Amino acid sequence: MGDLLRVIRDDGHADPTADPKLSKDEVLALYRFMVLERTLDNRMLSLQRQGRIGFYGPSLGQEAAIVGAAFAMEPRDWIFPQYREPGAALVRGMPLKELIAQFFGNALDPIHGRQMPCHYVYRAGNFMSISSVVGSQIPLAVGAAWAATIRKDPVASLVYFGDGGTSTADFHTGMNFAGVFKAPVVFLCNNNQWAISVPVRRQTASETIAQKAVAYGFDGVRVDGMDALAVVAAVREAQRKAHAGGGPTLVEAVTYRLGPHSSSDDPTRYRDDKEVEAWRRHDPIDVLRTHLSAKGLWDAEAEKQLAQQLDDAITEAVHAVEAAPPPSLELLFTDVYAEMPWLRRLRGGRS
Amino acid sequence: MPQMNIVQAVNNALREEMRRDDRVVILGEDVGRNGGVFRCTEGLIDEFPDRVFDTPLAEGGIIGTAIGMALYGLRPVPEIQFLDFIYSAFDQIVSEAAKMRYRSGGQYTVPMVIRTPYGGGIKGGHYHSQSTEAYFCHTPGLKVVVPSTPYDTKGLLTSAIRDPDPVMFLEPKKIYRAFRDEVPEGDLTVPLGKAAVRREGKDVSLFAWGYMTHVCLEAAKRAAEKGWECDVVDLRTLVPFDIDAVLDSVKKTGRAVVVYEAAKTGGFGAEISAQIAERAIEYLRSPILRVAGFDTPFPYTLEDVYMPNADRVFAAIQKAMSF
Repeated sequence: MGDLLRVIRDDGHADPTADPKLSKDEVLALYRFMVLERTLDNRMLSLQRQGRIGFYGPSLGQEAAIVGAAFAMEPRDWIFPQYREPGAALVRGMPLKELIAQFFGNALDPIHGRQMPCHYVYRAGNFMSISSVVGSQIPLAVGAAWAATIRKDPVASLVYFGDGGTSTADFHTGMNFAGVFKAPVVFLCNNNQWAISVPVRRQTASETIAQKAVAYGFDGVRVDGMDALAVVAAVREAQRKAHAGGGPTLVEAVTYRLGPHSSSDDPTRYRDDKEVEAWRRHDPIDVLRTHLSAKGLWDAEAEKQLAQQLDDAITEAVHAVEAAPPPSLELLFTDVYAEMPWLRRLRGGRS
Repeated sequence: MPQMNIVQAVNNALREEMRRDDRVVILGEDVGRNGGVFRCTEGLIDEFPDRVFDTPLAEGGIIGTAIGMALYGLRPVPEIQFLDFIYSAFDQIVSEAAKMRYRSGGQYTVPMVIRTPYGGGIKGGHYHSQSTEAYFCHTPGLKVVVPSTPYDTKGLLTSAIRDPDPVMFLEPKKIYRAFRDEVPEGDLTVPLGKAAVRREGKDVSLFAWGYMTHVCLEAAKRAAEKGWECDVVDLRTLVPFDIDAVLDSVKKTGRAVVVYEAAKTGGFGAEISAQIAERAIEYLRSPILRVAGFDTPFPYTLEDVYMPNADRVFAAIQKAMSF
C-alpha cells in the first residue's frame, strides 16, 4: 500500500514494466501542456501582483498530476475539477483567451464576471463548472458517472481534489456511493501535502490516502505525482477499468504545492523553506524534461523555442482580453433561472 | 375520475412522468422495495427497476449524486425522507444546484426536483416536524413549491419535473392521507408561480401554503359566522410567489393575515408581509398580522400549541377587524 508507482527513472528512461508507452507526439504534447500551465501560472501571479487581475491560485509543482490525469482520460469522459486545474481545461481544448478572460472577469469572460478568478468552465470539453467549496464536486462526479451507466453510455468521470478534500463528508459519501453503485469514476487526489497551512498529517491518521479506497470496496493506487508518465499510467488503467464496468478507482498522486495556496497566501508563515527546496529538486517539469532528453526528443534549443512560443501566446491572449469592458449590467440578472421570475427581478430602489 | 389523496397523487405524477420521459429517475432512502416511508414511491421500482434506486443513508450523497445526474442530462427526483434531515445536503443544494446555471453562464443546468415531506402535526418532535422553507426561498436559483391538495400535488409535481431549474417540492405530511380529491389520470399540470383563491371574501385576506391553507379555511368558516368574509389565498408556489394574487386580494380587503408553521422570525411570511407593505400599504386598514410558529425549536408534546390553529388565526382576523 505504501508503494509509490514511478515510471521515469533517475536517468530519465522509462521503467519498461510500467511505461504507458505514449507516442512521441503524445509525450511532447503532455510536456507542452505542463509548461503552458507553469508559464500561465507565473504570468497570472504577476498580473495579480500588478493589480490587473483580482486573485490567482497557482498549480506550481502539480502540473504532472493535473495535466497527466486529464491527458489519460478520453474526450468523452467528464472532468470535475477542484479549482487548481487550468492545465486540465487546456487539455480539454479550452481556448487560452477564454480561460484568461475568466481571470479578468470582463465582457469576454464566458461566465460574465460572476465568479472570482480560477472558476472557469468549458462544456464543449466536458469540463465542469467550479465551486470554491472543497470536496463538493466529488458526489457530482459520481452522479454524472452513475447517470452514464443508467444511459448505458461509455463515459467515465475524473474528479480532482486535494488531501484536504479527503477530510470532507462529500469525499466519504462520493466514495461510498461510487463503490455501492460501481460508478465509473477516477478519483484523483492531488496530495500536495498542504491544505493552505494545515499539513496532510492533520487531515488523516491513515498511512496513505490511497488505502482509504479499501474501505469503500475498490482499489486505491499511489503514484509519484511528480512523474507525469506514472500519473498517465495509473489514470489510464483506472479509466479503462471504469469503461469496462469495473467501477471506481482512487489514485493518490503524491506531489507538492511548491507555491502559495493562492495569491492571498504567504506559505513562509507555516512551512520550512528547506522542505520546499527538497521537493523542488523533483520538479515535475524537470522530471519529464529529463525523460524527453534521454529519449533524444528534447534539447536546450527546443526548450527555448517552446518557452518563447508559450510566452507569446499568453501575451497575445492577455492583450486580446484585458481591454474589454466589464460585463453588461443585464448579465447580472440572466441565468439565475431559465426564465427570470418577477421575484428575483427586483433591482433595489423602486420595485 | 379517480379519487386520490396526496400520497397517491405524488405516486401517480411520478409514475406518469417516468412513463413519459425515460430521463426521470428516483433515488433516496427506502424509496425502492419499501416504496418510501410514506409510500409515495410504492410500486415504482416494479415498473422501472432500472430507474428507482435505494441509496446509502446519506442525504448529501443523495442530492450530490442527483445533481451530477441532472448535469449529465437526466431528470432526477431525489426524495429526502424528512425535510429535517436535509441539512447535510444543504451545501449541495445552495452552493451547487442553485448556482450552477449562473456560475457556468448557462453552460450547465440542474433540472432536479427534491421531494420531501415537511411540517408538523404528526407527533414527530424536532426532527420530523419542521417547516424550514425560508432557508430555500432565500437562495436565488431555487424554486420552492408547496401543494395543499391532491389535485395540485399531481399538477405541480408534474410541472416541477418538467421545469428546467432545481425545485424544492415540499409535501405537507400531516395531510398526506387526510382527504381525497378528484384527480384526473393522464397529463395534468398546474403552473408554478400561480396562487389559488380557495375562498372569496371582502373583509380579510388570509395567506398560507400547505397544511396552513386548511387551517385558514377553518378559521374563515368561523369568521363567517361573525359576518366577516375572508379571502383565503393558497400560494402553492413560494418562489416565485404570485405577487398579483397577493396584491389583488389585499387591495380588495384592506387587511392581511399571513399564516405559516415556521418559526415566526425570518419566516417566508415575513417576506409576504414586506411585499404587501412595500406595494400596497395605502390600501391597508389594519396592520399586517402574522400567525406563525414560535421562535423555539419545534416541540413534541406541545406541538398543538406551537402550530398555528384555527383559534389563533381567528384571533388574528378578529384583531384585524377591530383595529
